[in-house]
Amino acid sequence: MEPVVELVDVVAVLGAFPALAGATLTVARSEIVLLRGPNGAGKTSLLRLCAGLLAVERGTATVLGVDLVRDRTAVRPRVGLLGHSNGLYADLTVADNVRFWGATVGASTDEVQAAMGRMGLTDRLADVSVSKLSAGQRRRTALACLIARRAELWLLDEPHAGLDAAGRDELDTTLRAAAAAGATVIVASHELERAGSLATRVVQVVGGQVR
Amino acid sequence: MLSVWAISRLVAGKDLRVEWRSRVVSNQVVPFAALMMVMFAFALDSDTVLKRVAPGLVWLAAMFSLLVIVQRAFAVETADGALDALRVAGVRSAGIFLGKALALAAQLAVLELILLGAAIVLYNTHIVGSGIALLVCTYLTATVGLSFVGTLYGGLAAGAKGRETLLPLLMLPVAAPVLIGATRATEAALGTAGATTSDGWPWIGLLALFAVAFGVGGTLAFGSLIDE
Repeated sequence: MEPVVELVDVVAVLGAFPALAGATLTVARSEIVLLRGPNGAGKTSLLRLCAGLLAVERGTATVLGVDLVRDRTAVRPRVGLLGHSNGLYADLTVADNVRFWGATVGASTDEVQAAMGRMGLTDRLADVSVSKLSAGQRRRTALACLIARRAELWLLDEPHAGLDAAGRDELDTTLRAAAAAGATVIVASHELERAGSLATRVVQVVGGQVR
Repeated sequence: MLSVWAISRLVAGKDLRVEWRSRVVSNQVVPFAALMMVMFAFALDSDTVLKRVAPGLVWLAAMFSLLVIVQRAFAVETADGALDALRVAGVRSAGIFLGKALALAAQLAVLELILLGAAIVLYNTHIVGSGIALLVCTYLTATVGLSFVGTLYGGLAAGAKGRETLLPLLMLPVAAPVLIGATRATEAALGTAGATTSDGWPWIGLLALFAVAFGVGGTLAFGSLIDE
C-alpha cells in the first residue's frame, strides 16, 4: 500500500532560515508516529510541510498521493493540523463548532453527531459555549472537528500541552482509536513517556533532519 | 468540494451566529454609534448646521462603527487560530471573503438604519417621498462597498502587529470615495443642502463601481492576503 507520507531529502526554508535540511520520512497508513527533538529542531516545520503550508525548496514530498512540489494546496482539505491553538470559535457552542467544521466538507448531521460522540461531547457538553470549557474539553472539541472534517492525516503539534494527566491519557486513547479507524497520526511532542503508550514509531528530528 | 457560494453562506451564517450569541455589535457598537451622533450634536450645536450636514454625519458614524465591527469580526478569527485553521483546511478563500463581507453587510445595514433614525430624531432630518428610491439605492451600494473594503483590509491587518491602529490607517483613505458618494447621494435623497433627487443618481454610479471593484478585487486577492 502506498505510504501516506513520503518525504525524500526535503529542504524547506522560513525566510533565510533552513527549517528542514534534508528530511527523509515515510509514514504508512494508520501509523502513529511521534516526532521528538529539541526546540527549533524542525518538528513544527515538518508538520506544516505535510499540511501543505510550507513550500518544498528541494527534494520530493508526497502526502496522501499529492505531490507537494507541484501543488501543496491540494492536500489541505484532507489533512488536519492542530497546533498550539484549537481553531475554535469561543462564542459558539461545541455543537456549533463541530457542525461548522463538518459543513466545510459537506458532512451530514449523522457524521457530525458521530464525531461528537467519539469525543464524548454529546449530552451535557454539546450546548456549552467553548469559552466555558476546560483546556482538555477544548482539545477534544478540536479533535471532533478533525473527525467531522474527515481528515485522513492528523498532524498534532504538542497536543498534550495544557492537559492534566487524565486529559493526556484520554487524548492518547482518542488518537489510538482514530488510527484504528484508519487515520494516520503524526505527533510532535516533548512528552518522553508518551512514546511507549501512544506511538507505533518514534522518530528523532535534529537540525532539520530526521533520524 | 463545496462551491464558493456554499462556503460564503456557511461563513456568513457562522459570523452572524457568533454575533447573535455574543451581542457585541448590538450591545456595544450600536450604543457607540448613537453616542457619536449625540456628540456631533453637542459639538456643532446648531439645528440649521446639523440638518445641513446630517447625511455626512450619518456616514461618518457608520464608517467609524465599521472599523469596530471589522476589528471584532477578525478578532474572532484570530483569537484561537480559526482563520489559520480555515486556510489550513483548504476552505476556498473567495468563499471566506464573500461570507465575511455578507455578514458584515447585514450588521452594517441594521446599524445604518439606526443611524438614519437617530438623524431624524436628533437633527430634525426628514425623508421625502421622491427620494426614497435614491436613499435605498444609496444604502445598498454604500453598504456593499464598505463591507467589501472592510473585509479586505480586515484580512490584511488581521495578522499584523498593531492591527488596531493599522486598520483605520489603511481603510479610511480607501473608503473615502464611499463617504463622499454616499453623503452626496443622501443629501440629494433628503433634499438637504439645496440638492435635488436627480443630483444623486450619478453618485450611485460611483458607489456601484466602487462596490464592484472591491468585490472582484477582494475575491481574487483575499487568499494571498491571509496565506503565508
